[in-house]
This record gives sequence, structure tokens and C-alpha cells, in this order.
Amino acid sequence: MAEAKTSGASAGRRNIFQTLEFDTRLLGMVGAFILVCIVFNVLTDGRFLTPRNIFNLTIQTVSVAIMATGMVFVIVTRNIDLSVGALLATCSAMMAITQTQLLPGLGLDYGNPVIAPLAIIVGLLTGALIGAFQGWIVGYLTVPAFIVSLGGLLVWRNVAWYLTSGQTIGPLDDTFQTLGGIGGTLGVTGSWIFGVLATLVAWAAIANARKARISHEFPVKPLWAEGVLMALSAVAILGFVAILNAYEVPSRVLRRAFEARGETMPEGFTAGYGIPYSVLLLIAVAVVMTVVARRTRLGRYIFATGGNPEAAELSGINTRLLTVKVFAVMGVLCALAGMVASARLSFHSNDIGTLDELRVIAAAVIGGTALAGGIGTIYGAILGALIMQSLQSGMAMVGVDAPFQNIVVGVVLVLAVLIDILYRKRTGDA
Amino acid sequence: MADRTGAPLVEMRDVSVSFGGIKAVDHVTVDLYPGEVVGLLGHNGAGKSTLIKCLSGAYRMDSGEILIDGQKAEIGNPRDARKYNIETIYQTLALADNLDAASNLFLGRELVTPTGLVDDAQMEAETRKIMARLNPNFRKFQDPVKALSGGQRQSVAIARAVYFNARILIMDEPTAALGPQETQMVAELIEQLKAQGLGIFLIEHDIHNVMKLCDRASVMKNGKLVGTVNVGEVTDEDILGMIILGKQPHG
Ligand SMILES: Nc1ncnc2c1ncn2[C@@H]1O[C@H](COP(=O)(O)OP(=O)(O)O)[C@@H](O)[C@H]1O
Ligand SMILES: [Mg+2]
Repeated sequence: MAEAKTSGASAGRRNIFQTLEFDTRLLGMVGAFILVCIVFNVLTDGRFLTPRNIFNLTIQTVSVAIMATGMVFVIVTRNIDLSVGALLATCSAMMAITQTQLLPGLGLDYGNPVIAPLAIIVGLLTGALIGAFQGWIVGYLTVPAFIVSLGGLLVWRNVAWYLTSGQTIGPLDDTFQTLGGIGGTLGVTGSWIFGVLATLVAWAAIANARKARISHEFPVKPLWAEGVLMALSAVAILGFVAILNAYEVPSRVLRRAFEARGETMPEGFTAGYGIPYSVLLLIAVAVVMTVVARRTRLGRYIFATGGNPEAAELSGINTRLLTVKVFAVMGVLCALAGMVASARLSFHSNDIGTLDELRVIAAAVIGGTALAGGIGTIYGAILGALIMQSLQSGMAMVGVDAPFQNIVVGVVLVLAVLIDILYRKRTGDA
Repeated sequence: MADRTGAPLVEMRDVSVSFGGIKAVDHVTVDLYPGEVVGLLGHNGAGKSTLIKCLSGAYRMDSGEILIDGQKAEIGNPRDARKYNIETIYQTLALADNLDAASNLFLGRELVTPTGLVDDAQMEAETRKIMARLNPNFRKFQDPVKALSGGQRQSVAIARAVYFNARILIMDEPTAALGPQETQMVAELIEQLKAQGLGIFLIEHDIHNVMKLCDRASVMKNGKLVGTVNVGEVTDEDILGMIILGKQPHG
């Protein structure tokens, strides 16, 4: 059809965002996020949008954001997982015990390079097994996920307590600690290299998608729209790198680093932190989870099952096994989040991850994941986590009393879902 | 008229299914030959959908057996049915509303790239091809199917059943959501598929369509088979009589 091939044909009725094929909900969230940032920046006399605060915001968001990506899959399949905070604690306890007690007991000394990887593997296995087990109870024994994970919340929180006798365990392995945030960053040069590579990858993805559509003679966006997308992605990625690079390592820390190597710091020497490894991990999780969601059979089946479980079954999809897989993925992500959270603290504490289940669910839901199932995006959940963390940090900076902070976060959660419902009603997108 | 001398394509023998106390299907036997359309008729609740769901793998029979090409077939789930080239258009359509037409068409049988990722572009291209044949007015390839009209949704469900080279096609009220023009297109499609040698079970309420499209008609009432007749040898009133009274026309 000639009409179908030129998407410019009906350009008169389309606004610029539609031509760019931007998701309106994404725009709304980005808008809300920018608004939150600007308001706090004004209220704090410019202290909110400093490289230092943005750096801190980013590393504080990582743990919840990692879990929120998994919660998207859980909620899309019409389930819920209330046990993520507790599961994080159990995984964190396992990793802490492995690196401080188990491996040293086997003769691996403090500082041995294999300690961190082994501890992480133990944590990931713990998360995967517990997640799969809970998924099996939900999928095969058909106990509602709400109940299974509510039970799980009590069980795993207290398994963690029992494992550690309620003690704080630390300090954790030095290599392990670099995954926590400020203790391990790419540095200025490394960050720029990463930024440029990421930009090239984004451009290649945009170009490839266009090439695939043209080769099938599908309608494509006008070239200028692709150009705008490419420019925006470059500005976003490189701007983010620039900000993290602009946060400078305090000179006393630098001086100590030089002294540790037996050198003296040259006069006027400075260095930026750059991208923290934990943020790289979040980016990797986001990319992998997005590819799983959009480009793999597993992801297709997750969304199909959420949209219409009966139709999925009739199409030959094993929805029970799918439930096990989804909860296992959630468990692995809890382990990764536990790794980042304990590394950031530099020790395992008994209350690690407490109330995270609420933050994670809120992040997914604010990010547009529908509790009715079938709808949700990975980037939305990460943005949701970022919005929540910004609110919380911003209010703390402004000096809002702790009870009011939580009241505001609660109200925002309900408001966000209300706006989403009204939006979907208006667009007939129920 | 189909050749009914060899082994039937499908034979469902003495099939029973009950839900709790309700005998939804009660010792029913039907068969189907290649190139034949067999109508399954009866009031709402007669057990038609339940019967064909045993063939499509959605339900398990309590008793009875299914033979495909004269061989006993084990159909325990929809994947088994697909292995026997049985395709079904369900009364409820069984579409995932949140996915687009192509994702629904290929659900459970996605086309993948050499790297194992789902090949959406290829699937959309195939969907455009088959839709050009089945419903040339179809345009909404990018939208989730909940944005489609009843007729468009129906054509997605039909496309899914037809695309994968079915030998046995089950159509549970395929024209229920369609206007006269679209119904005519489905009728033409049925004639085409029949000419290609497919066997079709057609559940249809419009007696006019039954007389036009079916070679034989099996009538059910309250879960029991009333009887099977050659459509060419009876009048529409005979068939209506069977549906309403639950009795064979001649004795
Ligand atoms: N999944 C089910 N659970 C319980 N009862 C069912 C189920 N499916 C069908 N039935 C019952 O079985 C009987 C036959 O239904 P059905 O096969 O849908 O009839 P038809 O398709 O001829 O209208 C009805 O009484 C219906 O209520
Ligand atoms: Mg029915």
C-alpha cells in the first residue's frame, strides 16, 4: 500500500512526539523527574543538581532499580513478590559469610582475588534457588504469589538473621566492596570511552532497526526524526558521563592513594570519579532485561501470559514453568542488589533491604507496570526507582521531617497510579 | 463431496468430559475426512466447545479415544495437538490483547534470527502477507490487538490457524463477530481450504451457513450426540428439528 509506506502522509495530524515514536508515558515520567529535580534544586539553592548529589543519587538508586527490573516481569505475569527485601538480606548474608568465614576457613586469605567472585556465585545461586522454589509453589502448587511471598518475607528475613546470629558481618572483601558505588569507579578516561562506545551502540541499534524495516518495506520514520533520536541519545549518554566525571575525588583521598603507592601527589592534581561499577552493573542489567523482554521467546511468553493466561496456555506455552523462571530471575536480581547494597555499606547488616519490597514495587508501578498484568517496561521501572530516590533524598536535603517524607512518597505512589489510570481511560488503552 | 472411503482423518470415539457433576460431553463419537467440513451444531451449552477442546488439547477427556489417520493419538496439551497439525480458532479467539497481530499469530512458534532472538520484522512481514490474502483491509500491524475491531481480531485468530499448514482445522463460531461481507470472506476461505484437502470441524449457529458450507452435520444436545446427517440429504428444517427436539429426522 502506497499510503502505508510513507509515514509522512498523515503528518498533518501527528505531533512531533508521535513522529519520533516516543512513548507518551515515558515522556510523562521524564517530565515528572525533571520537575522533581528542578523543584528540589530551587528549594536547596542549587545543591540538588550538583555532580556530587547526582552521583550519590545514582548509586543510591542502583540496588532498588536492579530489583525493580525483575519486579516488572513478576507483575506483568499477574504476580507479586513481597519477599525481595528479605531475599536480598539472605543473599547478602550468604555472600558475607562466604567471604569472611567460609573461604578464609578453607585457607583463602583476606585479599585473595578469587574470594569476591566465589562469594558472588554463592549469592547468585542462593537467589536463583530460593526464587525458583517460590515460583514453583506459585506456578505448580497454585498458591497465590501474594501469600507465598508474604510468607517468604518472614522466612528469608529471619533465615538471614539466623545465619548471621543477627550480627553485622564485615568488613567485606576489598574487591567486593568496589561494587558498592564510590569505592569503585571507571575514572574520567574510562568513563568517556564507555560513553562514546555506548553512544555508538545506540546509534547502531537505531540504524539497524531502520534497515530491518526498510528491507521488509515497512513504513519508517522520516530521516530527521532518526537524526533527532540519535542526537538525543548522544546528549543523554555523554551528558550523564560528563556529570559523573565532574564529581571530583577529594584531594585528601587522592593524596592518600598516592602515598599508598609511595609517591607524592603533584601540585594541582585532580581526578573525577566517573561511572561507578555498580551503575555499569545496573546498565548491563537494564540492557539484558530489555533484550529478554522484547527480543526473546521468554519475554514474549511473559507478556503473552500476563495479557491472557488462557491464550498463552492454548498456544502451548508452559505457564507454570514460566512462573518458576520469572521468580528465579527475580531471585538472581535480589542477589545482585544484595551484592551492591552490602558492598556500599562495606558490611552485611541485619536490617539490610528492610522495606525494599515496597520501594521496588512502587518503582515498577510508578514506572507504568500495570498490576492487572501484561504491561510494563524495564526503563520505566528504573526511572520509577530514580524518581522515588530523588524524592526521598531531596526531601532529606530540604529538611523535611522523616514522617512527612514517607507520607509524601506514599501519596506520590497513589497519585502516579491514578494519573496512569486516567491517562489510559482517556486514550482508550484500558 | 469428500471421499469417505479411506481411514478418517480424525475419529473421536466415545468421548466423555464432565465438570464436577455436569456431563458436558457424554459418550460422543464424531469423525472427519480429508477435504470435508463437518458442522457441529446444538444449543448453547450442548457441549460443542468442550468436545473440540479435547481435540485441540485444551481439555483432557475423562474417557474415550482420538484417532488421527486411524492411529491412536495422545493429545494431552495444545503442543501435542499442534504436532498433529491440528489448528484451532477458539470461540474466545484466545488472543493476548496486549500484543500485536504478528506476536499473536506466531505465539508459541516465534520466528527467530540466527542468534536466537525473536525476529519481529520477519514475523510482521509474514503477517502482512497472510493478512493481504485473508483481510486486505487490515492495517493495524503495530497496535496491540485490543485496539482492533471484533472482525479484525477474528481475522488475526483465523490467520493464526491457517498460517501453519493445518491438516485439521477447528473453527468454533468463526463468524460470530463478523458482518455479512466478512462472513462471506470466511465462507470463501473455508471452500478454499476444503479444496486443499483439509478436514474442518465447524461450529456454526447460522443454519444457512451450515447448509451452504458443511458436508455433514453432527448435532449435540445436553452433551449427547443426537446424530450425524449428510447435509445434502436433509432439509434445514430437519436439522433445526434435531437441534431443538434432539431427535433424528427419520425415525
Ligand atoms: N471449564 C469449564 N468448567 C465448568 N463447566 C464448563 C466448562 N466448560 C464448559 N462447561 C460446561 O459444559 C457445558 C457445555 O459447554 P460448552 O462446551 O461450552 O457448550 P457449547 O460450546 O455447545 O455452547 C455447559 O454446561 C458449560 O457450562
Ligand atoms: Mg461454545
